[in-house]
Amino acid sequence: MSDVAIPHDMEPHPLTGMYNGKFGIWLFLASEVMLFGALFSTYVLLRVGAPEGTWPMYGQEITTGNQILNVSLAFVNTLVLITSSVTMVLSWAALKMNNFAKGRMFLFITFALAGVFLVIKFFEYKGKFTHHQVVLKEPLGVDGEKVITSKTDKGERKIAVVNGHAENFGTWEEDGYLLIHSDPTESHDHSHELKIEADKIKRATRWGPNASTFLATYFTLTGLHGIHVIGGMVVILYFVLTGASDWKKRPEKYINRIECTGLYWHFVDLVWIFLFPVLYLL
Amino acid sequence: MSAEHHHEHDLPFWRKYVFSVDHKVIGVQYTVTGLLFLFFGFCLMMIMRWQLAYPLEAIPVIGTWLSQSMVDADGVLIGDGYNALGAMHGTIMVFLGVVPLAVGGFGNFVLPLQVGAPDMAFPKLNMASYWVYLVGGIVMLIGFFVPGGAANSGWTSYTPLANIATTGQTVWLFGMVLLITSSLLGSVNFIVTTVQLRAKGLSFFRLPFFVWAQFVTSFLLLLAFPPLEAAGVLQLMDRLADTSFFMPTGLVVSGELQESIYSGGGSPLLWQHLFWFLAHPEVYVLILPAMGILGEVIACNTRKPLWGYKSLVYSAIFLGFMSFIVWAHHMFMTGMGTTLSTFFQATTMIISVPSVIILTCFIISLWNASIRYNTPMLFALAFLPMFAIGGLTGLPLGLTASDIHLHDTYYVIGHFHYVVAPGTIFALFAGVYHWFPKVTGRKMSEFMGKLHFWPSFVFINAVFMPMFFVGMAGVLRRQFDQTEQLQGAVVHGLTIMSSWGAWGLGLAQIPFIINFFWSIRKGEKVGDNPWEATTLEWAAPSPPPHGNFETVPVVHCGPYEYSVPEKKTDYCPQNVVMEA
Amino acid sequence: MASSAEEIKAHLKIYYMVFGALAVLTVVTVAVARLEVSIGMAVAIAMFIACIKGSLVACYFMHLISERGMIFWILIICVLFFFVLLLLPVITQFEPAHSGLVEAV
Repeated sequence: MSDVAIPHDMEPHPLTGMYNGKFGIWLFLASEVMLFGALFSTYVLLRVGAPEGTWPMYGQEITTGNQILNVSLAFVNTLVLITSSVTMVLSWAALKMNNFAKGRMFLFITFALAGVFLVIKFFEYKGKFTHHQVVLKEPLGVDGEKVITSKTDKGERKIAVVNGHAENFGTWEEDGYLLIHSDPTESHDHSHELKIEADKIKRATRWGPNASTFLATYFTLTGLHGIHVIGGMVVILYFVLTGASDWKKRPEKYINRIECTGLYWHFVDLVWIFLFPVLYLL
Repeated sequence: MSAEHHHEHDLPFWRKYVFSVDHKVIGVQYTVTGLLFLFFGFCLMMIMRWQLAYPLEAIPVIGTWLSQSMVDADGVLIGDGYNALGAMHGTIMVFLGVVPLAVGGFGNFVLPLQVGAPDMAFPKLNMASYWVYLVGGIVMLIGFFVPGGAANSGWTSYTPLANIATTGQTVWLFGMVLLITSSLLGSVNFIVTTVQLRAKGLSFFRLPFFVWAQFVTSFLLLLAFPPLEAAGVLQLMDRLADTSFFMPTGLVVSGELQESIYSGGGSPLLWQHLFWFLAHPEVYVLILPAMGILGEVIACNTRKPLWGYKSLVYSAIFLGFMSFIVWAHHMFMTGMGTTLSTFFQATTMIISVPSVIILTCFIISLWNASIRYNTPMLFALAFLPMFAIGGLTGLPLGLTASDIHLHDTYYVIGHFHYVVAPGTIFALFAGVYHWFPKVTGRKMSEFMGKLHFWPSFVFINAVFMPMFFVGMAGVLRRQFDQTEQLQGAVVHGLTIMSSWGAWGLGLAQIPFIINFFWSIRKGEKVGDNPWEATTLEWAAPSPPPHGNFETVPVVHCGPYEYSVPEKKTDYCPQNVVMEA
Repeated sequence: MASSAEEIKAHLKIYYMVFGALAVLTVVTVAVARLEVSIGMAVAIAMFIACIKGSLVACYFMHLISERGMIFWILIICVLFFFVLLLLPVITQFEPAHSGLVEAV
């Protein structure tokens, strides 16, 4: 604990109109803009540089027309995060009006909404990791019917893609085959078995970060955003729990802390507002 | 205030000197750690110079002590070991040595004193940034002990080479993320302190040039470091989650197509863009604080106001701004295209203007002065021509046409080392000698100081001057055995000269080490203002107590009121109203 | 900066209005994405809406609208460098590598 009284710890500086903590958190947010800036730059550069047909358009995979990301879940999540932003600012306003109980309640709601956001995010991630994709070098040598050939065949190499959603999509047989023992086209009315020679397979992956540069970007951006959400939740929970004693000792300081937390939280919301259309809709 | 001092004395040792929140203690912690890392990085380089001068001969004495990832059974350096030494030398010198010393050390100790503040704006954050830095440094060193040795893809970690490198690279990335976090925390603290904690009367144009330099530097750290943090995360994803951000389609490693592991579609150029977006401003992070120190030392020892104070300040701001849009002049040879090359060539030529203005101001400040040739001033004076050589040799690298020949040769090494070694590090030595009395209340020995300066000055030129010729002959900078190719064999004599210069330079630091420790205990005791300087740090007691000033200072004049006519003394401290 | 209870009460109304606007704009974003427009147009529309939403959050929730000059300058510089970082590297992708060089040789 520093026992030295720092000027402008509480009262605003005439030049900036801010106390130290608020000015500091704004500077921190400026650096965060650059952090996400670099990631958006990555997105733009990789997308522009991707050969035609390899980067999803309107959130759909070009070869198969599949919707890659779940727009409805993300739409709900956007609303959840916006609501949490409102409850955050309402918490600050309630404290400003000297109503601690109400302020803490809104703070807790913010925390809970952030939790809801993460739970939805969890199911979204899980959906990706249970989706399997087999990309073939040539659409040959497949023992079965449900093979989707590439839609954008430009006289280059033909690609066959086998797509499907299942916990266990296929197993590698000892004689060099990939045996797919679930229906790969998501219509669960009857089950198929596909046998694919291993050396015909280019890549067999889940829709994890390594599946494509688009999914890599998706996981990195949303993952980093998720870490920011978790960080914010930790701070908010801390102020919910320690609020009562803090409020008694130095209410002004407590309000300032909530204000700074709020600035950070709104920024997390702001990032999501841009992430949503960029990743899910375009 | 006295009650506070009393309270401070009651703190246990580990709170007062280890986990301290006092900016002065943290500054000293940064300085000592930074100097240790500088020394360590220097040692790595001395081993490399052996391999360059006497290729494939056993390293004398220490050869057999080194780990198996670096040397063979006879103590001869192996290629991977050489690469690791090179990568770690660069990383340690830049991120663990010079920046922590210049910004963390001098900035922390001097800046709050010069703005008349009792401490940094966020003391606890300040402590956190030191400890995060230290942990980051230790993580970097752990790299030497993982299988395959430390990171060996160069300090620039170019992809896809770094993507497929040994585990040391992962450790390097974790270390970098920590170091970047530390710098971010520090820069927020510096900016808030400078803006919000200035003493009464200390307007922006009364700030010492050192504060301005640190202020601009902090903005560079704040806005340029995050993209590297992002790039570090992306490279970690590539290494740990098999993503393909930097993995191009169709990459073949050791004869094997990488299709089954990596999806491809990434861009190696992307890494270079993100890396240099940080690393070029980083160059100015290295040089600006040094210029700040120079401003203080020169003004004080010429007994004159700095010539063109406002031009210095505006140049520093312009330099900081421009440093964000010159980064790709490191990438002329990557095939990024002529449009971008032309743009970055133009901005590079523009950014040389403020650097020249700053240097010119310093040189004109010497005009007609009765200079005190003490040790800090000698180092400061040596900085001027050394930095000029470093800066001017940079121009051919910034022009796309001449860069084709010089790119990636020893010429580049010579160029940036002239800027950073006899440039920045000399300025840092000047700073150590200049502020030592403030930190300890004792002066460092002048005799030992000169014994440190003159051999250093001679040897450092012996190290780096030959590199220009070696480079122009076409010797590549990352080559393990230069004699393998004709051009390296022809100029091998110069390479040997460089190596002996480096070892001589190592010996020349011994007086400094002795002087440093001897003076802490036995140095000549001096008053609060031994150099008769004007800026606020000299108004505080030496060493300054917790909370810094006995009375809160009020500023009445500009920072460099030396030799003002019709005043009683030849200097007028900022906090004193001097009568005629 | 709001200080008195009355001012805060006036703010509350703004907060709810901004919340409504954000929710409506989110729906609009998704709805527009269903239209069959060219990808360039889709990007332009989506970014335009996202910028409006972002400004609303920054101005009203983060109270940027009532702050003083200094922080604006810092943020303007920051946004400027953001766009530098976003747009300059991409130019690489529009230029065939080594174009002039190879032909000259």
